Amino acid sequence: MAARRHWWVSVLSLAVTLMLAVVPVPDPVASLRPDWVAVVLLYWSLMAPRHFSLLTAFWMGIALDTLSGALLGQNALALLAVVYLAEKFHLRLRVFPVSQLAITVLLLLGLYEFILFWIDGMADRAVPLIERWLPPVTGTLVWLAMYVLFDHRERAAPARL
Amino acid sequence: MAGPGRTAQGFGRSGFSAGARFLLLAIVCVALMILDSREQHLVRVRQALTVVVSPVRVLVDLPFRTWYSARDTFAARDALIAENQQFRRERLETEGRLQRLAALEMENARLRELLDSTARVGSRALVAEILAVDSDPYQRFNLNRGFVDGVFVGQAVIDAQGVVGQIMRVGPFTSEAVLITDADHSVPVSVNRNGLRTIAYGTGDSQRLRLNVTNNAPIEEGDLLISSGLGGVFPQGYPVGRVIEVRLRPDQAFAEIFAEPMSALDRDREVLLVWDDVADDGESDTEEAAAGAADRH
Repeated sequence: MAARRHWWVSVLSLAVTLMLAVVPVPDPVASLRPDWVAVVLLYWSLMAPRHFSLLTAFWMGIALDTLSGALLGQNALALLAVVYLAEKFHLRLRVFPVSQLAITVLLLLGLYEFILFWIDGMADRAVPLIERWLPPVTGTLVWLAMYVLFDHRERAAPARL
Repeated sequence: MAGPGRTAQGFGRSGFSAGARFLLLAIVCVALMILDSREQHLVRVRQALTVVVSPVRVLVDLPFRTWYSARDTFAARDALIAENQQFRRERLETEGRLQRLAALEMENARLRELLDSTARVGSRALVAEILAVDSDPYQRFNLNRGFVDGVFVGQAVIDAQGVVGQIMRVGPFTSEAVLITDADHSVPVSVNRNGLRTIAYGTGDSQRLRLNVTNNAPIEEGDLLISSGLGGVFPQGYPVGRVIEVRLRPDQAFAEIFAEPMSALDRDREVLLVWDDVADDGESDTEEAAAGAADRH
């Protein structure tokens, strides 16, 4: 119910996420940019599972691929994988303390980057490695910040299940 | 009450379990990637998607554009006058040099005629603005010109200092270019001093190009590299980079040489798209567009 009433909040958050993902930043901090789309989708799938469907992850990935010039389906596949895993295990993950939750997020974001890296490798596209291992770290920090900022509100919802 | 209802809806939305839906979508992704990696298949789809996501591009670009125009509006009068004077001086200098170039071009054409070789007609250019959109981790950028402006895949992109990159994908109103420093990109170059031909590879770092030449090749720090015109993408004679480091490796066949791109790859706001007139003609309207665009800026 609440989700339906605030559908535009979801749409807006996704749009802002996409914008954050492509907004230009100065070169020195470019490799620190977190994978915004992955972080936000992971946040939702851990905190309020099925708020977004897998299809949303797919379309967000396609949009990201189009915007960033990646292979069409590359980000989509990586997003699908991490969102699917997060949703599948969210009940188990929910009882984790925040430190373990953060490590899980780090691992999932690592998996996300690994899938991208792996596809880049198969498609013969060279990407400097530093662009691949820093984003999961900064992404986890962003996730933690979101957790601290928003969770007092979101946590109640799935608990009522 | 709302909880279970939503869960059931989430699972039942398409009649498949979450696992099956994941598998289905993943297969779609893999199929898309395979098709996309074979160049031509998804061109139309990509173009359509580019149009769909263009609002995001415009919105991201908007604050930057506003900032630039606000800065121009509120710039102090003195600063504008100083800038104007500087431009005047530069224009005078450039025009002075152009006069000599015109004479040289004529001479060159005459000599080529004598040698019975095809004359180079020169090239046309169109000003394009770089859309403020980052495409990490690939060294790509987006331009506000598409195939309605006559932009084509493989077209050379230059700026005031030298070669910037080439067009990778063309949408109706925007296009995507790859920088010469992209790790997958390479430019055929020649050393301006002695004509030594080699290839400048991108490194993924926007300040560096890498060259492979033999240890005894006549190349030094400070040498200017210009596009050699081989390969047919970049017109001959545009500056590409300047050699900044020569690392001889006596134990190996090739020395490691690094060059710095001439163009201001990370500071440009506007670039030029070049048409080599030998290749095609009949699109004279783009020239007017270029003139119009040049007037506007």
